Amino acid sequence: MQLHGNGRAPQEARRWLDGLWVIPAVRAFPRQRKRARCLKTLPEYPPISEDGEMSETIQTDVLIIGAGPCGLFAVFELGLLDMKVHLVDILDKIGGQCAELYPEKPIYDIPGIPMVTGHGLTESLMEQIKPFNPTFHLNEMVESIEKIGDPLFRVTTDAGQVFEAKVVVISAGGGSFQPKRPPVPGIEAYEGVSVFYAVRKMEHFRDKDLLIVGGGDSALDWTLNLHPIARRVTLLHRRDDFRAAPHSVEQMRALVASGKMDLKIGQVTELHGENGQLAGAMVKGTDNAVTRVDCNTMLPFFGLTMKLGPIANWGVSLENNLIPVETASFETNVPGIFAIGDINTYPGKLKLILSGFHEGALMAQKAHRYVYPDKRLVFQYTTSSSSLQKKLGVN
Amino acid sequence: MAKIYYVDHTGETRIVDVENGATVMEGAIRNAIPGIEAECGGACACATCHVYVDEAWREKVGNPTPMEEDMLDFGYDVRPNSRLSCQIKVSDELDGLIVTTPERQA
Repeated sequence: MQLHGNGRAPQEARRWLDGLWVIPAVRAFPRQRKRARCLKTLPEYPPISEDGEMSETIQTDVLIIGAGPCGLFAVFELGLLDMKVHLVDILDKIGGQCAELYPEKPIYDIPGIPMVTGHGLTESLMEQIKPFNPTFHLNEMVESIEKIGDPLFRVTTDAGQVFEAKVVVISAGGGSFQPKRPPVPGIEAYEGVSVFYAVRKMEHFRDKDLLIVGGGDSALDWTLNLHPIARRVTLLHRRDDFRAAPHSVEQMRALVASGKMDLKIGQVTELHGENGQLAGAMVKGTDNAVTRVDCNTMLPFFGLTMKLGPIANWGVSLENNLIPVETASFETNVPGIFAIGDINTYPGKLKLILSGFHEGALMAQKAHRYVYPDKRLVFQYTTSSSSLQKKLGVN
Repeated sequence: MAKIYYVDHTGETRIVDVENGATVMEGAIRNAIPGIEAECGGACACATCHVYVDEAWREKVGNPTPMEEDMLDFGYDVRPNSRLSCQIKVSDELDGLIVTTPERQA
């Protein structure tokens, strides 16, 4: 298994990847950078393309967009039929919604598994697809798909990575995870000028009067990393209780105690400034009193939400933000591009993980025709086929 | 079965019968009550079914769990009587419950 990411491999992946070839990249602040890379639509500074390294075009049988449970299981079904797979995911970790939205929540409707958590399911799927050695490209969002053959697709990510794939499988769930815009009236006017949802270069925050909003790891990590660079950092959270790692919270409290930064408890109600340049934020405290915090830059961290993103530009039909497919192979209106899992729609569709597994199995049968047009496909069972068992490494 | 009163931020009230065991969020979605979005479908993984519980009902409805408090961090104009309506289960006890939806969801 190979893992391409613009940073460290996530802890979970690292464990799975023990003894396998992992391609690490070195970054100064890996955790924050990784999170920052998830943030695509709302502005970050400077624009992401600035240092997007160009790498060589990767040729692959199948490119899967989205490394959630359906994308992972598709690797298995494609692998049984000898198709090599690369996967791209916008998140910094494998597992999609299972990893981002409900890693610890129990799932009760996976056939044959009475109870498993989102994290547990991801881990099991990774174990199951290990024999097929897929390559993951995390923290990357597919920006464009261009048809260049019959079928052959050129797929480009926002990191500048180019793939040439005979088959593209969209298993993008609810779309791409993107930062939530905090519900502050008129905030759009400041975005990209003085309000940012991610940090790419800390240097851009030198000598700023910085207001960081939120109580999770992103907010706390950036508070700790930017306070030596900024002129003054104020951390604002709605309650004096933080979701972030306790150690970060302790460090922050120590800085506050020694007067090196400010902590305010409350919620932003209004922004003041001109031409996108922030001058201050009105903050309502727990006592309902409104005070002004002077600041010229704001970094709100309000978690991630799912947005359709660039899928709308890929040439596949859309119906209410879902991709209509036929139900023999889950192919879209573009031959060679398939859609499986929550992102697709057809009569009777149920957004269940088990449906996505089924869709992946049927998709692989049709994909085989594109990847091996001259080979006849003989249907086989893993229980009895020695050739399938060989591929799985059990025979 | 309980009658739930959904008051929007302009003061307009909509009254709906909600069966026991359903959540206040589900009662709103099934009856197309405006002001509740429930983006995540009730997994306590967003904050788009945020409501204010009428003061007279706060004790009966109870306080948010720590996980719900974490999600409320993403809400708009969160107050001491804020709850996520997907985490309030309807029972006979809550017959007559009044919740107000905020001006906007997160």
